[in-house]
Amino acid sequence: MARPPRPRPREARTPVIHRFAVNAAEGGRATPAILCHCAPIHRPWSLVPRPHAHPAFVIAPFAAPADTSLVELIRDIGRRILRLTVYVGGLTVMIGRLLASLPQILGSARLVVYQMLTMGVRSLPLIILTSVFTGAVSAWQAAYQFQNFVPMRYLGTAVGKAVVIELAPVLTALVVAGRVGASIAAELGTMRVTEQIDALEVMGVDPVRYLVMPRVTSGALMMPVLVLFSDFVAIMGALIVAVLMVHLSAATFLNGVKLFFHMSDMYAGLFKASIFGIIISLIGCYQGFQTRGGAEGVGRSTTGAVVIASVLILISDYLIATMLFRV
Amino acid sequence: MIAIRGLSKSLDRRVVLNRVDLDVAKGETLVVIGRSGCGKSVLLKHVLGLMKPDSGTVTIFGKQLDQLDRTHLYELRMRCGVLFQGGALFDSLTVAENVGLGLSENTSKSKAEIADIVAERLEWVGLAGVGPRAPSDLSGGMRKRAALARAIAMDPEIVLYDEPTTGLDPITAEGINDLIVRLRERLKVTAIAVTHDMNSAFKIGDRIAMLHDGHIIFDGSVDQVRNSSDPIVQQFIAGATTGPLEPL
Ligand SMILES: Nc1ncnc2c1ncn2[C@@H]1O[C@H](COP(=O)(O)OP(=O)(O)OP(=O)(O)O)[C@@H](O)[C@H]1O
Ligand SMILES: [Mg+2]
Repeated sequence: MARPPRPRPREARTPVIHRFAVNAAEGGRATPAILCHCAPIHRPWSLVPRPHAHPAFVIAPFAAPADTSLVELIRDIGRRILRLTVYVGGLTVMIGRLLASLPQILGSARLVVYQMLTMGVRSLPLIILTSVFTGAVSAWQAAYQFQNFVPMRYLGTAVGKAVVIELAPVLTALVVAGRVGASIAAELGTMRVTEQIDALEVMGVDPVRYLVMPRVTSGALMMPVLVLFSDFVAIMGALIVAVLMVHLSAATFLNGVKLFFHMSDMYAGLFKASIFGIIISLIGCYQGFQTRGGAEGVGRSTTGAVVIASVLILISDYLIATMLFRV
Repeated sequence: MIAIRGLSKSLDRRVVLNRVDLDVAKGETLVVIGRSGCGKSVLLKHVLGLMKPDSGTVTIFGKQLDQLDRTHLYELRMRCGVLFQGGALFDSLTVAENVGLGLSENTSKSKAEIADIVAERLEWVGLAGVGPRAPSDLSGGMRKRAALARAIAMDPEIVLYDEPTTGLDPITAEGINDLIVRLRERLKVTAIAVTHDMNSAFKIGDRIAMLHDGHIIFDGSVDQVRNSSDPIVQQFIAGATTGPLEPL
Protein backbone atom coordinates (compact mmCIF):
# COMPACT_ATOMS: atom_id res chain seq x y z
CA MET A 1 0.00 0.00 0.00
CA ALA A 2 1.36 3.38 -0.98
CA ARG A 3 2.34 5.66 1.88
CA PRO A 4 1.00 9.19 1.65
CA PRO A 5 3.62 11.70 0.52
CA ARG A 6 5.27 13.58 3.35
CA PRO A 7 5.51 17.36 3.29
CA ARG A 8 8.85 18.44 1.93
CA PRO A 9 11.22 19.93 4.48
CA ARG A 10 11.66 23.66 4.44
CA GLU A 11 15.15 23.55 2.93
CA ALA A 12 13.90 21.63 -0.05
CA ARG A 13 11.25 24.21 -0.75
CA THR A 14 13.69 27.10 -0.97
CA PRO A 15 16.38 25.98 -3.35
CA VAL A 16 17.22 29.56 -4.34
CA ILE A 17 19.58 30.08 -1.53
CA HIS A 18 21.50 26.91 -2.15
CA ARG A 19 21.85 27.89 -5.75
CA PHE A 20 23.17 31.23 -4.69
CA ALA A 21 25.65 29.59 -2.42
CA VAL A 22 26.90 27.44 -5.28
CA ASN A 23 26.93 30.35 -7.72
CA ALA A 24 28.88 32.40 -5.32
CA ALA A 25 31.28 29.57 -4.70
CA GLU A 26 31.82 29.11 -8.42
CA GLY A 27 32.42 32.78 -8.87
CA GLY A 28 34.91 32.60 -6.07
CA ARG A 29 33.08 35.35 -4.25
CA ALA A 30 31.68 33.34 -1.41
CA THR A 31 32.81 34.03 2.09
CA PRO A 32 32.61 31.20 4.61
CA ALA A 33 30.11 33.17 6.64
CA ILE A 34 27.66 33.38 3.78
CA LEU A 35 28.08 29.74 2.87
CA CYS A 36 27.50 28.57 6.40
CA HIS A 37 24.59 30.70 7.23
CA CYS A 38 22.44 31.09 4.21
CA ALA A 39 21.07 27.58 3.91
CA PRO A 40 18.15 27.81 6.37
CA ILE A 41 17.33 31.40 5.51
CA HIS A 42 14.04 31.89 3.83
CA ARG A 43 14.00 35.43 2.49
CA PRO A 44 17.51 36.61 1.76
CA TRP A 45 16.66 40.25 0.93
CA SER A 46 14.76 40.89 4.11
CA LEU A 47 16.47 43.72 5.91
CA VAL A 48 14.91 42.91 9.23
CA PRO A 49 16.94 40.21 10.92
CA ARG A 50 14.71 37.47 12.24
CA PRO A 51 15.54 35.37 15.27
CA HIS A 52 16.63 32.28 13.38
CA ALA A 53 18.61 34.19 10.79
CA HIS A 54 22.25 34.98 11.16
CA PRO A 55 23.21 38.63 10.56
CA ALA A 56 25.34 37.43 7.65
CA PHE A 57 22.26 37.12 5.50
CA VAL A 58 21.57 40.80 5.76
CA ILE A 59 24.70 41.42 3.75
CA ALA A 60 24.20 38.50 1.41
CA PRO A 61 21.51 39.92 -0.91
CA PHE A 62 23.70 42.74 -2.08
CA ALA A 63 26.28 40.25 -3.25
CA ALA A 64 23.69 37.85 -4.68
CA PRO A 65 23.24 37.53 -8.43
CA ALA A 66 20.28 39.72 -9.33
CA ASP A 67 18.04 37.05 -10.85
CA THR A 68 17.85 34.58 -7.96
CA SER A 69 16.98 37.01 -5.20
CA LEU A 70 14.65 38.89 -7.53
CA VAL A 71 12.70 35.75 -8.33
CA GLU A 72 12.39 34.97 -4.67
CA LEU A 73 11.41 38.56 -3.92
CA ILE A 74 8.64 38.47 -6.50
CA ARG A 75 7.53 35.10 -5.17
CA ASP A 76 7.33 36.49 -1.67
CA ILE A 77 5.41 39.57 -2.77
CA GLY A 78 3.05 37.24 -4.61
CA ARG A 79 2.58 35.11 -1.50
CA ARG A 80 1.83 38.17 0.58
CA ILE A 81 -0.68 39.52 -1.93
CA LEU A 82 -2.31 36.12 -2.06
CA ARG A 83 -2.55 35.94 1.73
CA LEU A 84 -3.97 39.45 1.90
CA THR A 85 -6.53 38.60 -0.77
CA VAL A 86 -7.58 35.47 1.07
CA TYR A 87 -7.87 37.46 4.31
CA VAL A 88 -9.96 40.23 2.77
CA GLY A 89 -12.06 37.67 0.92
CA GLY A 90 -12.77 35.71 4.09
CA LEU A 91 -13.58 38.89 5.97
CA THR A 92 -15.98 39.93 3.22
CA VAL A 93 -17.76 36.58 3.38
CA MET A 94 -18.11 36.98 7.15
CA ILE A 95 -19.50 40.50 6.76
CA GLY A 96 -21.99 39.10 4.27
CA ARG A 97 -23.12 36.42 6.71
CA LEU A 98 -23.22 39.04 9.46
CA LEU A 99 -25.54 41.28 7.44
CA ALA A 100 -27.70 38.28 6.61
CA SER A 101 -28.05 37.53 10.33
CA LEU A 102 -29.01 41.08 11.32
CA PRO A 103 -32.76 40.48 10.89
CA GLN A 104 -32.52 38.01 13.80
CA ILE A 105 -31.07 40.65 16.08
CA LEU A 106 -34.20 40.87 18.22
CA GLY A 107 -34.10 37.16 18.97
CA SER A 108 -30.50 37.61 20.10
CA ALA A 109 -31.09 40.78 22.12
CA ARG A 110 -30.01 39.02 25.31
CA LEU A 111 -26.65 38.14 23.76
CA VAL A 112 -26.16 41.71 22.52
CA VAL A 113 -26.93 43.21 25.92
CA TYR A 114 -24.58 40.76 27.61
CA GLN A 115 -21.78 41.72 25.22
CA MET A 116 -22.44 45.43 25.72
CA LEU A 117 -22.18 45.04 29.48
CA THR A 118 -18.99 43.01 29.25
CA MET A 119 -17.48 45.48 26.83
CA GLY A 120 -18.39 48.49 28.97
CA VAL A 121 -17.36 47.00 32.28
CA ARG A 122 -14.11 45.65 30.90
CA SER A 123 -12.89 48.87 29.36
CA LEU A 124 -14.41 51.70 31.39
CA PRO A 125 -11.79 51.91 34.18
CA LEU A 126 -8.94 51.98 31.70
CA ILE A 127 -10.73 54.52 29.51
CA ILE A 128 -11.30 56.82 32.48
CA LEU A 129 -7.66 56.59 33.43
CA THR A 130 -6.34 57.29 29.93
CA SER A 131 -8.88 60.05 29.34
CA VAL A 132 -7.98 62.01 32.48
CA PHE A 133 -4.36 62.11 31.42
CA THR A 134 -5.14 62.76 27.77
CA GLY A 135 -7.19 65.79 28.76
CA ALA A 136 -4.58 66.91 31.25
CA VAL A 137 -1.67 66.70 28.87
CA SER A 138 -3.52 68.35 26.02
CA ALA A 139 -4.41 71.28 28.27
CA TRP A 140 -0.82 71.56 29.40
CA GLN A 141 0.58 71.36 25.88
CA ALA A 142 -1.96 73.82 24.50
CA ALA A 143 -1.12 76.24 27.31
CA TYR A 144 2.58 75.87 26.51
CA GLN A 145 1.95 76.72 22.86
CA PHE A 146 -0.50 79.52 23.64
CA GLN A 147 1.77 81.50 25.95
CA ASN A 148 2.54 84.98 24.59
CA PHE A 149 0.56 84.28 21.37
CA VAL A 150 -3.02 83.27 22.13
CA PRO A 151 -5.16 84.43 25.04
CA MET A 152 -5.61 81.63 27.61
CA ARG A 153 -9.37 81.98 27.53
CA TYR A 154 -9.23 80.04 24.25
CA LEU A 155 -7.57 77.12 26.03
CA GLY A 156 -10.88 75.39 26.58
CA THR A 157 -11.81 75.87 22.94
CA ALA A 158 -8.70 74.18 21.64
CA VAL A 159 -8.76 71.34 24.13
CA GLY A 160 -12.49 70.75 23.78
CA LYS A 161 -12.33 70.50 19.99
CA ALA A 162 -9.31 68.24 20.00
CA VAL A 163 -10.82 65.94 22.62
CA VAL A 164 -14.27 65.64 21.09
CA ILE A 165 -13.20 65.26 17.48
CA GLU A 166 -9.98 63.28 17.68
CA LEU A 167 -8.47 62.39 21.01
CA ALA A 168 -11.37 60.74 22.77
CA PRO A 169 -12.59 58.61 19.85
CA VAL A 170 -9.16 57.47 18.68
CA LEU A 171 -7.57 56.86 22.07
CA THR A 172 -10.67 55.13 23.40
CA ALA A 173 -10.70 52.97 20.29
CA LEU A 174 -7.06 52.02 20.74
CA VAL A 175 -7.65 51.16 24.39
CA VAL A 176 -10.73 49.10 23.52
CA ALA A 177 -8.84 47.36 20.71
CA GLY A 178 -6.25 46.25 23.23
CA ARG A 179 -8.78 45.30 25.87
CA VAL A 180 -11.89 44.05 24.11
CA GLY A 181 -10.59 43.25 20.62
CA ALA A 182 -7.88 41.07 22.09
CA SER A 183 -10.24 39.25 24.41
CA ILE A 184 -12.74 38.62 21.60
CA ALA A 185 -9.97 37.13 19.46
CA ALA A 186 -8.69 35.03 22.35
CA GLU A 187 -12.14 33.79 23.31
CA LEU A 188 -13.27 32.89 19.80
CA GLY A 189 -9.81 31.56 18.96
CA THR A 190 -9.99 29.19 21.90
CA MET A 191 -13.48 28.18 20.82
CA ARG A 192 -12.12 27.48 17.34
CA VAL A 193 -9.20 25.31 18.41
CA THR A 194 -11.28 23.37 20.94
CA GLU A 195 -13.90 22.69 18.24
CA GLN A 196 -16.61 24.68 20.05
CA ILE A 197 -17.33 26.61 16.85
CA ASP A 198 -17.67 23.31 15.00
CA ALA A 199 -20.01 22.18 17.76
CA LEU A 200 -22.21 25.24 17.19
CA GLU A 201 -22.24 24.51 13.48
CA VAL A 202 -23.41 20.94 13.95
CA MET A 203 -26.09 21.99 16.41
CA GLY A 204 -27.52 24.12 13.65
CA VAL A 205 -26.59 27.32 15.47
CA ASP A 206 -24.96 29.76 13.05
CA PRO A 207 -21.74 30.87 14.77
CA VAL A 208 -21.85 34.18 12.92
CA ARG A 209 -25.30 34.89 14.29
CA TYR A 210 -24.54 33.54 17.75
CA LEU A 211 -21.01 34.85 18.29
CA VAL A 212 -20.14 37.55 15.76
CA MET A 213 -23.37 39.50 15.42
CA PRO A 214 -23.80 40.26 19.16
CA ARG A 215 -20.19 41.36 19.46
CA VAL A 216 -20.20 43.61 16.41
CA THR A 217 -23.55 45.14 17.33
CA SER A 218 -22.33 45.75 20.83
CA GLY A 219 -19.17 47.35 19.45
CA ALA A 220 -21.19 49.69 17.28
CA LEU A 221 -23.51 50.69 20.12
CA MET A 222 -21.16 50.68 23.07
CA MET A 223 -18.20 52.58 21.64
CA PRO A 224 -20.11 55.89 21.34
CA VAL A 225 -21.17 55.51 24.97
CA LEU A 226 -17.59 54.90 26.05
CA VAL A 227 -16.42 57.87 23.97
CA LEU A 228 -19.01 60.11 25.64
CA PHE A 229 -17.54 59.10 28.98
CA SER A 230 -14.08 59.74 27.62
CA ASP A 231 -15.08 63.20 26.29
CA PHE A 232 -16.41 64.19 29.67
CA VAL A 233 -13.54 62.80 31.71
CA ALA A 234 -10.88 64.24 29.40
CA ILE A 235 -12.38 67.71 29.59
CA MET A 236 -12.50 67.37 33.37
CA GLY A 237 -8.84 66.39 33.31
CA ALA A 238 -8.08 69.45 31.23
CA LEU A 239 -10.12 71.60 33.59
CA ILE A 240 -8.07 70.43 36.56
CA VAL A 241 -4.83 71.34 34.81
CA ALA A 242 -6.27 74.67 33.65
CA VAL A 243 -7.32 75.62 37.16
CA LEU A 244 -4.45 74.22 39.20
CA MET A 245 -1.50 74.69 36.88
CA VAL A 246 -2.41 77.42 34.39
CA HIS A 247 -4.36 79.36 37.07
CA LEU A 248 -7.37 79.93 34.86
CA SER A 249 -10.77 80.15 36.49
CA ALA A 250 -13.04 77.18 35.87
CA ALA A 251 -15.63 79.50 34.33
CA THR A 252 -13.14 80.94 31.83
CA PHE A 253 -12.03 77.50 30.80
CA LEU A 254 -15.57 76.14 30.42
CA ASN A 255 -16.69 79.23 28.51
CA GLY A 256 -13.80 78.57 26.18
CA VAL A 257 -15.03 75.02 25.68
CA LYS A 258 -18.51 76.28 24.85
CA LEU A 259 -17.28 79.07 22.57
CA PHE A 260 -17.01 77.27 19.25
CA PHE A 261 -18.62 74.02 20.35
CA HIS A 262 -20.70 72.53 17.54
CA MET A 263 -22.96 69.58 18.10
CA SER A 264 -21.89 68.36 14.64
CA ASP A 265 -18.34 67.87 15.95
CA MET A 266 -19.73 65.75 18.73
CA TYR A 267 -21.81 63.68 16.33
CA ALA A 268 -18.80 63.19 14.07
CA GLY A 269 -16.78 61.93 17.04
CA LEU A 270 -19.52 59.53 18.06
CA PHE A 271 -20.01 58.35 14.49
CA LYS A 272 -16.32 57.60 14.27
CA ALA A 273 -16.52 55.79 17.58
CA SER A 274 -19.23 53.55 16.21
CA ILE A 275 -17.18 52.71 13.12
CA PHE A 276 -14.14 51.99 15.30
CA GLY A 277 -16.28 49.74 17.49
CA ILE A 278 -17.36 47.76 14.43
CA ILE A 279 -13.75 47.47 13.25
CA ILE A 280 -12.53 46.27 16.65
CA SER A 281 -15.14 43.56 17.13
CA LEU A 282 -15.17 42.48 13.51
CA ILE A 283 -11.41 42.04 13.36
CA GLY A 284 -11.40 40.37 16.79
CA CYS A 285 -14.05 37.89 15.64
CA TYR A 286 -12.43 37.21 12.30
CA GLN A 287 -9.01 36.69 13.87
CA GLY A 288 -10.62 34.31 16.34
CA PHE A 289 -12.39 32.35 13.60
CA GLN A 290 -9.14 32.13 11.62
CA THR A 291 -7.20 30.67 14.52
CA ARG A 292 -5.22 27.55 13.83
CA GLY A 293 -2.74 25.59 15.89
CA GLY A 294 -3.56 25.40 19.58
CA ALA A 295 -2.67 27.85 22.30
CA GLU A 296 0.15 29.34 20.28
CA GLY A 297 -2.27 30.05 17.45
CA VAL A 298 -4.63 31.78 19.89
CA GLY A 299 -1.77 34.02 21.00
CA ARG A 300 -0.93 34.86 17.42
CA SER A 301 -4.48 35.79 16.45
CA THR A 302 -4.88 37.86 19.60
CA THR A 303 -1.83 39.98 18.86
CA GLY A 304 -2.90 40.16 15.24
CA ALA A 305 -6.34 41.39 16.23
CA VAL A 306 -4.90 44.31 18.21
CA VAL A 307 -2.38 45.27 15.55
CA ILE A 308 -4.76 45.04 12.60
CA ALA A 309 -7.59 46.82 14.42
CA SER A 310 -5.27 49.63 15.56
CA VAL A 311 -3.93 50.17 12.05
CA LEU A 312 -7.41 50.14 10.56
CA ILE A 313 -8.63 52.57 13.22
CA LEU A 314 -5.92 55.10 12.37
CA ILE A 315 -6.41 54.72 8.62
CA SER A 316 -10.18 54.97 8.78
CA ASP A 317 -9.88 57.93 11.15
CA TYR A 318 -8.07 59.80 8.42
CA LEU A 319 -10.53 58.71 5.74
CA ILE A 320 -13.54 59.72 7.84
CA ALA A 321 -11.90 63.05 8.65
CA THR A 322 -11.47 63.88 4.99
CA MET A 323 -15.10 62.97 4.35
CA LEU A 324 -16.70 64.75 7.28
CA PHE A 325 -14.57 67.84 7.72
CA ARG A 326 -14.05 70.07 4.70
CA VAL A 327 -11.01 72.31 4.88
CA MET B 1 -29.11 7.20 5.42
CA ILE B 2 -25.44 8.15 5.15
CA ALA B 3 -23.59 7.55 1.89
CA ILE B 4 -19.99 8.56 1.38
CA ARG B 5 -18.64 8.23 -2.15
CA GLY B 6 -15.07 8.62 -3.32
CA LEU B 7 -14.18 10.95 -0.47
CA SER B 8 -10.63 12.30 -0.67
CA LYS B 9 -9.05 14.88 1.57
CA SER B 10 -5.52 16.16 1.96
CA LEU B 11 -4.48 18.26 4.92
CA ASP B 12 -1.17 20.08 4.93
CA ARG B 13 -0.30 18.35 1.65
CA ARG B 14 -0.69 14.95 3.26
CA VAL B 15 -3.36 12.62 1.91
CA VAL B 16 -5.55 11.74 4.89
CA LEU B 17 -8.52 10.19 3.11
CA ASN B 18 -8.16 8.57 -0.28
CA ARG B 19 -11.36 7.69 -2.15
CA VAL B 20 -13.28 6.44 0.85
CA ASP B 21 -16.67 4.80 0.25
CA LEU B 22 -18.98 4.05 3.17
CA ASP B 23 -22.68 3.46 3.64
CA VAL B 24 -24.71 3.41 6.80
CA ALA B 25 -28.27 2.15 6.58
CA LYS B 26 -31.11 3.55 8.66
CA GLY B 27 -30.99 2.31 12.25
CA GLU B 28 -27.54 0.84 11.82
CA THR B 29 -24.44 1.62 13.88
CA LEU B 30 -21.17 1.57 12.00
CA VAL B 31 -17.99 1.48 14.04
CA VAL B 32 -14.90 2.91 12.41
CA ILE B 33 -11.62 1.66 13.79
CA GLY B 34 -8.11 2.59 12.80
CA ARG B 35 -4.85 3.71 14.26
CA SER B 36 -4.37 7.04 15.94
CA GLY B 37 -3.96 9.78 13.37
CA CYS B 38 -5.30 7.77 10.45
CA GLY B 39 -8.12 10.22 9.76
CA LYS B 40 -11.14 8.91 11.64
CA SER B 41 -12.05 12.27 13.13
CA VAL B 42 -11.49 13.91 9.76
CA LEU B 43 -13.90 11.39 8.24
CA LEU B 44 -16.58 12.25 10.81
CA LYS B 45 -16.11 15.96 10.17
CA HIS B 46 -16.98 15.42 6.54
CA VAL B 47 -20.26 13.71 7.33
CA LEU B 48 -21.89 16.93 8.52
CA GLY B 49 -19.98 19.26 6.26
CA LEU B 50 -17.58 20.67 8.86
CA MET B 51 -14.82 19.94 6.37
CA LYS B 52 -15.18 20.17 2.62
CA PRO B 53 -13.93 17.18 0.62
CA ASP B 54 -11.26 17.72 -2.02
CA SER B 55 -13.26 15.32 -4.13
CA GLY B 56 -16.14 12.95 -3.59
CA THR B 57 -19.56 13.44 -2.04
CA VAL B 58 -21.40 12.93 1.21
CA THR B 59 -25.14 12.29 1.19
CA ILE B 60 -27.28 12.27 4.33
CA PHE B 61 -31.06 11.94 4.47
CA GLY B 62 -30.87 11.58 0.68
CA LYS B 63 -29.42 15.08 0.24
CA GLN B 64 -25.97 15.69 -1.12
CA LEU B 65 -24.23 18.14 1.23
CA ASP B 66 -22.35 20.22 -1.32
CA GLN B 67 -25.61 21.07 -3.08
CA LEU B 68 -27.27 22.51 0.00
CA ASP B 69 -27.28 26.15 0.99
CA ARG B 70 -26.55 27.12 4.55
CA THR B 71 -30.15 27.20 5.74
CA HIS B 72 -30.90 23.71 4.48
CA LEU B 73 -27.60 22.41 5.76
CA TYR B 74 -28.47 23.71 9.23
CA GLU B 75 -31.89 22.09 9.00
CA LEU B 76 -30.25 18.74 8.33
CA ARG B 77 -27.69 19.24 11.07
CA MET B 78 -30.44 19.85 13.62
CA ARG B 79 -31.52 16.27 13.02
CA CYS B 80 -28.02 15.06 13.91
CA GLY B 81 -25.92 14.96 17.04
CA VAL B 82 -22.16 14.88 17.33
CA LEU B 83 -19.96 13.85 20.20
CA PHE B 84 -16.61 15.50 19.56
CA GLN B 85 -13.43 13.73 20.55
CA GLY B 86 -12.46 16.55 22.92
CA GLY B 87 -16.02 17.16 24.08
CA ALA B 88 -16.10 20.73 22.71
CA LEU B 89 -18.33 21.92 25.54
CA PHE B 90 -18.94 25.67 25.52
CA ASP B 91 -16.94 26.85 28.47
CA SER B 92 -18.86 30.10 28.86
CA LEU B 93 -22.04 28.13 29.60
CA THR B 94 -22.99 25.73 32.38
CA VAL B 95 -23.36 22.03 31.67
CA ALA B 96 -27.15 22.37 31.56
CA GLU B 97 -26.98 25.33 29.18
CA ASN B 98 -24.62 23.32 27.00
CA VAL B 99 -27.02 20.42 26.79
CA GLY B 100 -30.00 22.70 26.22
CA LEU B 101 -28.42 25.14 23.75
CA GLY B 102 -29.69 23.40 20.62
CA LEU B 103 -33.18 23.31 22.07
CA SER B 104 -33.24 26.92 23.23
CA GLU B 105 -31.78 28.27 19.98
CA ASN B 106 -33.63 26.12 17.47
CA THR B 107 -36.97 25.23 18.99
CA SER B 108 -39.78 27.13 20.62
CA LYS B 109 -39.81 24.92 23.69
CA SER B 110 -40.33 26.70 27.00
CA LYS B 111 -37.62 26.98 29.62
CA ALA B 112 -39.33 24.38 31.81
CA GLU B 113 -39.63 21.87 29.00
CA ILE B 114 -35.97 22.34 28.11
CA ALA B 115 -34.95 21.95 31.76
CA ASP B 116 -36.86 18.65 31.89
CA ILE B 117 -35.18 17.29 28.77
CA VAL B 118 -31.77 18.44 29.98
CA ALA B 119 -32.23 16.77 33.36
CA GLU B 120 -33.34 13.57 31.68
CA ARG B 121 -30.36 13.44 29.28
CA LEU B 122 -27.92 14.19 32.08
CA GLU B 123 -29.42 11.35 34.05
CA TRP B 124 -29.01 9.00 31.07
CA VAL B 125 -25.26 9.65 31.08
CA GLY B 126 -25.03 9.42 34.87
CA LEU B 127 -24.57 13.11 35.51
CA ALA B 128 -27.78 13.92 37.36
CA GLY B 129 -27.35 17.11 39.36
CA VAL B 130 -24.27 18.27 37.47
CA GLY B 131 -26.27 20.73 35.36
CA PRO B 132 -25.40 23.97 37.20
CA ARG B 133 -21.66 23.35 37.16
CA ALA B 134 -19.19 24.80 34.68
CA PRO B 135 -17.60 22.40 32.18
CA SER B 136 -14.15 23.42 33.38
CA ASP B 137 -15.01 22.05 36.85
CA LEU B 138 -15.67 18.54 35.52
CA SER B 139 -13.29 15.63 35.15
CA GLY B 140 -12.32 14.49 31.67
CA GLY B 141 -14.73 11.57 31.71
CA MET B 142 -17.57 13.72 33.05
CA ARG B 143 -16.98 16.22 30.26
CA LYS B 144 -17.15 13.46 27.71
CA ARG B 145 -20.47 12.29 29.14
CA ALA B 146 -21.84 15.83 29.29
CA ALA B 147 -20.90 16.19 25.63
CA LEU B 148 -22.70 12.94 24.92
CA ALA B 149 -25.79 14.27 26.68
CA ARG B 150 -25.61 17.37 24.49
CA ALA B 151 -25.23 15.26 21.35
CA ILE B 152 -28.45 13.39 22.04
CA ALA B 153 -30.42 16.31 23.48
CA MET B 154 -32.43 17.03 20.35
CA ASP B 155 -33.52 13.43 19.69
CA PRO B 156 -31.23 13.15 16.68
CA GLU B 157 -31.84 10.65 13.92
CA ILE B 158 -28.12 10.43 13.18
CA VAL B 159 -25.45 10.49 15.89
CA LEU B 160 -21.71 10.61 15.32
CA TYR B 161 -19.66 9.46 18.27
CA ASP B 162 -15.95 10.25 18.28
CA GLU B 163 -14.44 7.91 20.87
CA PRO B 164 -17.41 7.80 23.28
CA THR B 165 -15.69 5.67 25.91
CA THR B 166 -12.15 7.03 25.87
CA GLY B 167 -11.08 8.23 29.29
CA LEU B 168 -13.86 6.47 31.18
CA ASP B 169 -13.44 3.78 33.79
CA PRO B 170 -14.52 0.30 32.60
CA ILE B 171 -17.82 0.41 34.43
CA THR B 172 -18.87 3.84 33.22
CA ALA B 173 -17.68 2.87 29.74
CA GLU B 174 -19.95 -0.14 29.89
CA GLY B 175 -22.82 2.13 30.91
CA ILE B 176 -22.17 4.37 27.90
CA ASN B 177 -22.04 1.33 25.62
CA ASP B 178 -25.41 0.28 26.98
CA LEU B 179 -26.78 3.75 26.40
CA ILE B 180 -25.60 3.74 22.78
CA VAL B 181 -27.15 0.32 22.22
CA ARG B 182 -30.37 1.53 23.83
CA LEU B 183 -30.49 4.57 21.58
CA ARG B 184 -30.09 2.33 18.59
CA GLU B 185 -32.69 -0.17 19.67
CA ARG B 186 -35.37 2.12 21.09
CA LEU B 187 -34.95 5.30 19.09
CA LYS B 188 -33.67 3.66 15.88
CA VAL B 189 -30.72 6.04 15.82
CA THR B 190 -28.36 5.74 12.87
CA ALA B 191 -24.80 6.15 14.05
CA ILE B 192 -21.16 6.21 13.16
CA ALA B 193 -18.89 5.57 16.12
CA VAL B 194 -15.15 5.98 16.09
CA THR B 195 -13.34 4.03 18.75
CA HIS B 196 -10.11 2.31 19.70
CA ASP B 197 -11.86 0.27 22.33
CA MET B 198 -12.50 -3.10 20.66
CA ASN B 199 -14.72 -4.25 23.50
CA SER B 200 -16.96 -1.25 22.88
CA ALA B 201 -16.72 -1.69 19.11
CA PHE B 202 -18.01 -5.27 19.28
CA LYS B 203 -20.74 -4.27 21.67
CA ILE B 204 -22.22 -1.21 19.95
CA GLY B 205 -21.47 -1.95 16.32
CA ASP B 206 -23.64 -3.68 13.73
CA ARG B 207 -20.79 -3.32 11.32
CA ILE B 208 -17.13 -2.46 11.67
CA ALA B 209 -14.99 -0.68 9.11
CA MET B 210 -11.28 -0.23 9.37
CA LEU B 211 -9.55 2.85 8.04
CA HIS B 212 -5.90 2.47 7.14
CA ASP B 213 -3.64 4.63 4.99
CA GLY B 214 -6.60 6.66 3.79
CA HIS B 215 -8.57 3.64 2.62
CA ILE B 216 -11.29 1.49 4.07
CA ILE B 217 -9.42 -1.80 4.11
CA PHE B 218 -12.18 -3.77 5.76
CA ASP B 219 -15.93 -3.37 6.09
CA GLY B 220 -18.07 -6.14 7.52
CA SER B 221 -20.24 -7.42 10.34
CA VAL B 222 -18.88 -7.96 13.82
CA ASP B 223 -18.53 -11.69 13.19
CA GLN B 224 -16.75 -11.12 9.91
CA VAL B 225 -14.24 -8.92 11.73
CA ARG B 226 -13.60 -11.56 14.34
CA ASN B 227 -12.99 -14.16 11.65
CA SER B 228 -11.21 -11.87 9.21
CA SER B 229 -8.04 -13.28 7.72
CA ASP B 230 -6.64 -9.83 6.96
CA PRO B 231 -3.41 -9.64 8.98
CA ILE B 232 -3.77 -5.91 9.61
CA VAL B 233 -7.30 -6.28 10.98
CA GLN B 234 -6.29 -9.27 13.06
CA GLN B 235 -3.32 -7.44 14.53
CA PHE B 236 -5.47 -4.40 15.29
CA ILE B 237 -8.25 -6.22 17.10
CA ALA B 238 -5.79 -8.36 19.00
CA GLY B 239 -3.69 -5.32 19.86
CA ALA B 240 -0.56 -7.28 18.99
CA THR B 241 2.82 -5.64 18.57
CA THR B 242 3.92 -8.19 15.99
CA GLY B 243 2.45 -8.16 12.50
CA PRO B 244 2.32 -5.90 9.46
CA LEU B 245 1.82 -2.73 11.56
CA GLU B 246 4.65 -1.21 13.52
CA PRO B 247 3.68 -0.46 17.14
CA LEU B 248 5.10 3.06 17.03
N1 LIG C 1 -7.37 20.83 10.83
C1 LIG C 1 -6.32 20.09 10.44
N2 LIG C 1 -5.32 20.66 9.76
C2 LIG C 1 -4.26 19.93 9.35
N3 LIG C 1 -4.12 18.63 9.58
C3 LIG C 1 -5.08 18.00 10.25
C4 LIG C 1 -6.23 18.70 10.73
N4 LIG C 1 -7.03 17.83 11.36
C5 LIG C 1 -6.40 16.65 11.30
N5 LIG C 1 -5.24 16.74 10.64
C6 LIG C 1 -4.31 15.65 10.34
O1 LIG C 1 -5.04 14.61 9.76
C7 LIG C 1 -4.63 13.36 10.25
C8 LIG C 1 -5.80 12.59 10.79
O2 LIG C 1 -6.29 13.22 11.93
P1 LIG C 1 -7.54 12.67 12.75
O3 LIG C 1 -7.80 13.66 13.83
O4 LIG C 1 -8.63 12.36 11.82
O5 LIG C 1 -6.95 11.34 13.37
P2 LIG C 1 -7.75 10.23 14.16
O6 LIG C 1 -7.81 9.02 13.29
O7 LIG C 1 -9.02 10.76 14.66
O8 LIG C 1 -6.75 9.95 15.35
P3 LIG C 1 -7.10 9.68 16.90
O9 LIG C 1 -7.55 8.28 16.98
O10 LIG C 1 -5.80 9.89 17.58
O11 LIG C 1 -8.13 10.67 17.28
C9 LIG C 1 -3.56 13.64 11.29
O12 LIG C 1 -2.31 13.37 10.71
C10 LIG C 1 -3.68 15.09 11.59
O13 LIG C 1 -2.42 15.63 11.80
MG1 LIG D 1 -9.76 11.38 16.37
